[in-house]
Amino acid sequence: MSTAVDIKEKVTEEIDLSKVDALIEPFIGKKEMIIPALQKVQDHFGYLPRPAVEQVSKRMRTPLSRLYGVATFYAQFKMKPRGRYIIRVCKGTACHIQGSPKIAERIEDILGLESGETTDDLRFTLEEVACIGACALAPVIMINDDPHGRLTPDKIKDILDGYK
Amino acid sequence: MHEKHLMICGATGCLSSGSHLVEQALVEELEKKGIRDKYRLVMGGCPGFCEVGPIIVIYPDEVFYCRLKPKDMAELVEKHLVDGEIVERLLYKGPDVDMPARFYDTIPFYAKQKFNVLRNSGIIDPESIDEYIMRGGYRAFTRALELEPAAICEEVKQAGLRGRGGAGFSTGLKWEFTNKAPGDKKYVVCNADEGDPGAFMDRSILEGDPHAILEGMLICGRAIGANEGYIYCRAEYPLAIKRLKLAIENAEAYGLLGENILGYGFNFKINIKEGAGAFVCGEETALLASIEGKRGMPRPRPPFPAQSGLFGKPTTINNVETLANIPLIVKEGGAADFARVGTEGSKGTKVFALAGKIRNTGLCEVPMGITIKEIIYDVGGGIKGGREFKAVQAGGPSGGCIPGELIDLPIDYDSLNQAGAIMGSGGLVVMDERTCMVDLARYFLSFTQKESCGKCTPCREGTKRMLEILNRISEGLGIAKDLDTLDSLAESIKDSSLCGLGQTCPNPVLSTIRYFRKEYEEHIDEKFCRAGVCKELFNYRIDEENCTGCTACVKACPTDAIRGEKKEPHEIIQELCTRCGSCLEKCRQECIMITPVGSEADVSN
Repeated sequence: MSTAVDIKEKVTEEIDLSKVDALIEPFIGKKEMIIPALQKVQDHFGYLPRPAVEQVSKRMRTPLSRLYGVATFYAQFKMKPRGRYIIRVCKGTACHIQGSPKIAERIEDILGLESGETTDDLRFTLEEVACIGACALAPVIMINDDPHGRLTPDKIKDILDGYK
Repeated sequence: MHEKHLMICGATGCLSSGSHLVEQALVEELEKKGIRDKYRLVMGGCPGFCEVGPIIVIYPDEVFYCRLKPKDMAELVEKHLVDGEIVERLLYKGPDVDMPARFYDTIPFYAKQKFNVLRNSGIIDPESIDEYIMRGGYRAFTRALELEPAAICEEVKQAGLRGRGGAGFSTGLKWEFTNKAPGDKKYVVCNADEGDPGAFMDRSILEGDPHAILEGMLICGRAIGANEGYIYCRAEYPLAIKRLKLAIENAEAYGLLGENILGYGFNFKINIKEGAGAFVCGEETALLASIEGKRGMPRPRPPFPAQSGLFGKPTTINNVETLANIPLIVKEGGAADFARVGTEGSKGTKVFALAGKIRNTGLCEVPMGITIKEIIYDVGGGIKGGREFKAVQAGGPSGGCIPGELIDLPIDYDSLNQAGAIMGSGGLVVMDERTCMVDLARYFLSFTQKESCGKCTPCREGTKRMLEILNRISEGLGIAKDLDTLDSLAESIKDSSLCGLGQTCPNPVLSTIRYFRKEYEEHIDEKFCRAGVCKELFNYRIDEENCTGCTACVKACPTDAIRGEKKEPHEIIQELCTRCGSCLEKCRQECIMITPVGSEADVSN
């Protein structure tokens, strides 16, 4: 369910925190708004860099442990940088019985990734999603906002080649 | 004034099949002819028939065009809009109709449906409050403002509406509890955290008819004495969230939300909370924790949310589909009308998401009490590729599978429970002989195991142990006592978990063992997966007698495991075969057989 938190984040110096305060401003003093605040921060950075979460902790006067507790609980929050293209393989029931494991396997083979990983050049991140809700087109993957449906393993390579 | 209205399905299913490209082409075509202004184009809600998307329905002619491509738009504009002729080529065609069908009433998919909840979906512009009002919207709410709160609860109770989110508790009773709970601050929460893989009716309602949800919440607020509501919606549904936000703005502008609504001294505001991706948040106490900004973990009940819910205040939590029924019930005479449909214990209609190996995938709304057979064969058009119906999984990861021999089972809360499944949110995933039941159970359990919040040991550890056993069985390492172990683990998890996730997650395993014990035993004793899914437990072989040597499979094979010259029977080199199934997809002669490992015999049929 949760992603392990990478404590030794190497990129600390490069994170520009100047926007964080403005992003979470509407939520200051509202402890129930932790999730929306983290969502805003993740929208901005594409993931939750540790220094940014520390900043949220200070500004919202909430222990860092609590923020990490929340962030690692929900699948939406990512603790590591992600690729330009997010491939989401639908693991819904309809997709599963129509062969989504074979689709995932082919993508893993081509990119040399397991689910949750990102290619070294930050081109692709491979993820699983419970259900996109396009069951009629099973099996389906989404690459960023583009759905690709009625897939067979042999269509995968051409589709991936379309995203540079 | 517009001459015609063109409703293009803009829901996720049709968008995935390219409805936005169809819309673009349509706009270009109309502009080319300079007649863009004569027509009203709406990227609207979902008519439900995802299988044949993208769909355009033209009013007032009531013509239903489907499977559209951008290149079809020139003909559609020229013939239908300019010349006023129906383009037969683009009408619905299928084995279930003799001639191309023009509209809902002649398309078999729609014949047995009854639209309550989906009454507006695909008919109105979901972004226009005026169209909702023109269809009778907010009339029930204004009536509710005249009624005593207790009387509203009573009407909903009389109608017999049961929660559409899963457990099927009486909605009116739930409201009454919250109404009677002491406290001046109360909340209405709409559970739009639709997480069941294979169910998408709530999304479709939110996208297609957002005001129905707002009206349902307003009526509930009036009935229980709440002045604030939350909609907890999955962040994965961006279009639903966008339309809800717009609907709230419009309702505020019309004075239907806010202070002193319509002069009755009733105040109500609605907030939207985006979920962050946790299946367990569909459980009501976990959902409340999540709204409060915490980890979404359930807590013991009592106290029930009706006594102590959101921020410790009395709270009613209703599912999207439940709320969408409310305006129909609370309108004049609505409760009696509602109760006329359905069975003794389950009133009204239910929306189902049909998916899997069925011909007509999509959303359908049918009266409670309809049989599985009617849904699958009449509405669903039967099994894809004419294969044999094996089972249907009802209720997602919390539900169970219903085997082919129970095909005449009526679908209502009680019958489904007796069969070991649940209504759940209404996902129906249909399976044929190519679906392995062991793998299916393993799939659902791996889902719930990942989504277990970890609070209760039986759920956290027990599902893991069960999954290990199922993994072993599907790898050919099953042992004889595995089924008993699974059974006893399942019963312990059901008995000792705190929330619905733990209490129901063994259902798929239990129901598949109950109805498909033979298949499990075949995996364990004979190390054979007849469905050709568990990779260690079968080989593909080519039926040499029927192989025409077309080389389609040779070309499809990613590991070059198939040898053979053109017009000569091919052969699969077992050592190289990864059992990816690419050849099976490509073979037109259906001569790729599924055989036990090491056997030459054909047992695929």
